[in-house]
Amino acid sequence: MSTGALRSFAHGVHPDEHKEQTAHLPLERMPFVQRYVLPLSQHTGAPCRPVVAAGDAVHRGQVVGAPVGFVSTTLHSPVTGRVAAIASRRHPNGSMAECLEIEADPWSTQQLEPAAPIDFRALSLDEFIEQVQRAGLVGLGGAAFPSHVKYKLPEGRRCERLLINGCECEPYLTCDHRTMVERPEAVVRGAEMVATMLGARETVLGVELNKPDGMDALNCFIPDGAPMRVMSLRVKYPQGAEKMLIKAIFGVEVPAGKLPIDVGIVVNNVGSMAALADWFVSGRPLIERPVTVAGPGVERPSNLIVPVGTPVRDVLRHCGIRHETRQVIMGGPMMGMPLASLDVPVLKGTSGILAFTEDVIDHRTEYACLKCGRCLEACSNFLNPARLARLARAGRWDELELSYVMDCMECGACTYACPSGVPVVHLIRAAKTAIRERKAGQG
Amino acid sequence: MTRQEPHLLLQAAPFLRRGLTTPRLMVEVLLLLAPVILAAVWFFGLSAILVLTAATAGAVVTEWALTPAHPRGASLADGSAVLTGLILGLCLPPGIALWMAFLGGVVAIGLGKLVFGGLGENLFNPALVGRAFLQAAFPTAITTWSQQGSITEFATVRPSNWALPLMQAPPVDGVSTATPLGLMKFEGVPTPLADLVLGNTAGSLGETCGLLIVVCGAIMAVRRIFDWRIPVAILLAVVVFSGLVWALDREGSPSPQFMLGSGGLLFGAVYMATDPVTSPVTPRGAWIFGIGVGLLVVLIRVWGGLPEGVMYAILLMNAATPLIDRISQPRGFGRGRPAA
Repeated sequence: MSTGALRSFAHGVHPDEHKEQTAHLPLERMPFVQRYVLPLSQHTGAPCRPVVAAGDAVHRGQVVGAPVGFVSTTLHSPVTGRVAAIASRRHPNGSMAECLEIEADPWSTQQLEPAAPIDFRALSLDEFIEQVQRAGLVGLGGAAFPSHVKYKLPEGRRCERLLINGCECEPYLTCDHRTMVERPEAVVRGAEMVATMLGARETVLGVELNKPDGMDALNCFIPDGAPMRVMSLRVKYPQGAEKMLIKAIFGVEVPAGKLPIDVGIVVNNVGSMAALADWFVSGRPLIERPVTVAGPGVERPSNLIVPVGTPVRDVLRHCGIRHETRQVIMGGPMMGMPLASLDVPVLKGTSGILAFTEDVIDHRTEYACLKCGRCLEACSNFLNPARLARLARAGRWDELELSYVMDCMECGACTYACPSGVPVVHLIRAAKTAIRERKAGQG
Repeated sequence: MTRQEPHLLLQAAPFLRRGLTTPRLMVEVLLLLAPVILAAVWFFGLSAILVLTAATAGAVVTEWALTPAHPRGASLADGSAVLTGLILGLCLPPGIALWMAFLGGVVAIGLGKLVFGGLGENLFNPALVGRAFLQAAFPTAITTWSQQGSITEFATVRPSNWALPLMQAPPVDGVSTATPLGLMKFEGVPTPLADLVLGNTAGSLGETCGLLIVVCGAIMAVRRIFDWRIPVAILLAVVVFSGLVWALDREGSPSPQFMLGSGGLLFGAVYMATDPVTSPVTPRGAWIFGIGVGLLVVLIRVWGGLPEGVMYAILLMNAATPLIDRISQPRGFGRGRPAA
């Protein structure tokens, strides 16, 4: 079924995959722990509003936070237990954020309340969107954008094609891979639901060549004659970025500043599709997600299904953390967040927890920029990162904007490729922040 | 873990990095320069070693003395000063006085690189700045070409090497000869192609053996140490433009294959024009740059007053590089037109 073995986008980099540590390991369940921390802000958009009070008893899957506005979603309790506090706790991004702290009931069986399956065919698109929002779904690929927002098609736009993202181009991460291998029927079913509701005439599942078993599994569950197919892609970073995936599969460039829907395409992650199917089939909201725990600092690398809100410390304790660990990363090694504390929770968007030891940490010595052009070859957005970094250092904001700095998706490929160890993407990030602040200041 | 909390290092993504670093890049270039150096030693004996050492010493001493960074000379670690010195040495004639070679190294690093702010900031190829200085200051010494020695004369140092600073160089004793380009330009005598390819001619230390330079250049291109487009564009442009001239006037002008193999063209195209700092950064820019160099080489060699034009061709295009960069910016994904 898979066609076009050499499909890809232009430019990009090829970091070592490091997936062999966990690619073969089946998803296991992370045991329940004592205490869960649920930041009210788990994703892009408005934080949810707590609908329980400290001291309330909650059961697993119960709504504890309601959306505020459209770009916001529902939060559910990952365990049966008691709300210990609604207070400020440390967020993985380093800030202190309003969180629900839930203490698990040690005597509970942690059974999910059974729910009748929902027949999505009986729903209108708006009802479907409401269901997705009630399930608390966000994109599980990393950016964690509330899923239902993508299904609300802007006026005058039609979804012609649905693209399911199974690239998992970040090194080390294998949780999407395992989801495709172990739960292909859920992925395919979720994709069918979305395609049906959006009226897409074609569904394509894009999977990189390094996951042949994932492609085979998906192919087994695609019904004969369905307008759905798996397409293999060359292994390259950042192929999982929406616009790059669209370019790789359909050869279409989404215009700068526009969204995929502007070219009639909706992109969803494979994990998100499985989670969506879970809600409609068994009524399980997004209270847990697959997480890859890997890196040389982990004693037993694993692919775990982790309840949202589980402290990173407990996850690492479960997998064993070597005392040589010097760096813990939430997400992938190219775009993830460094953790300052292990007392932060797994979020809905957490795809990996990586523990790095001294020998793999990148201690970069910075040399002068040689203008060698390797960053230009790496940049899939066709920018000139060397120039942007130079302008950022000089604080020349106007020129930066004219050089399309705001188009940068901060994938870090330039910085990965730079032989001189210039912190290119860091400078660009800082410049983007400065430009945004300056704009906000001007009103 | 409970007893001993790891001290977590905080640095921002990406956490991975490609293994290739600038010093390693320099080492690779040095390794691929080594065959050319060995050929120079083979053809010109001890003189080659002396001239190369003097030029490199000049470059390294200047880098050490004039960089204010602490600790002093820290920038030597990137290896670029050594590389500049060696490349300068390789484009000098074997009989040049050692003090001149040393001075060339001083000027290359001092005026070619450090006055602009050091590595990465310089506008012109430093080695060529050094050579241009020597050409202007000592026009006779730098165009006095001595014959290659045979291996039995390996240890025979050319007496002119030992000339004292600012004293008249001793007369070159009967071994002086002309380069293939000089023979062609002033006497109309072409040199057989086989001699050009194998290096059996007079000339600067590093430029005589075309074959070796092409092989090393190909390896560097495949290993993507430099942008292959630049040498390819230069050589293609030289063939096309000199071919045009040759087609119009077969008697009076040199053939394209002679143009390719003679003088410093191959050495310049492979080791000098490809300096990333002083050449355009985009692929389109590289083509423009290369074609410009090729065109200038042909113009200077055919109609200019000098037999050789590679040095000035590259320097002139170096000067045009910021402009080329400006007009060849990448276009931006989903934009269809380059950034301003």
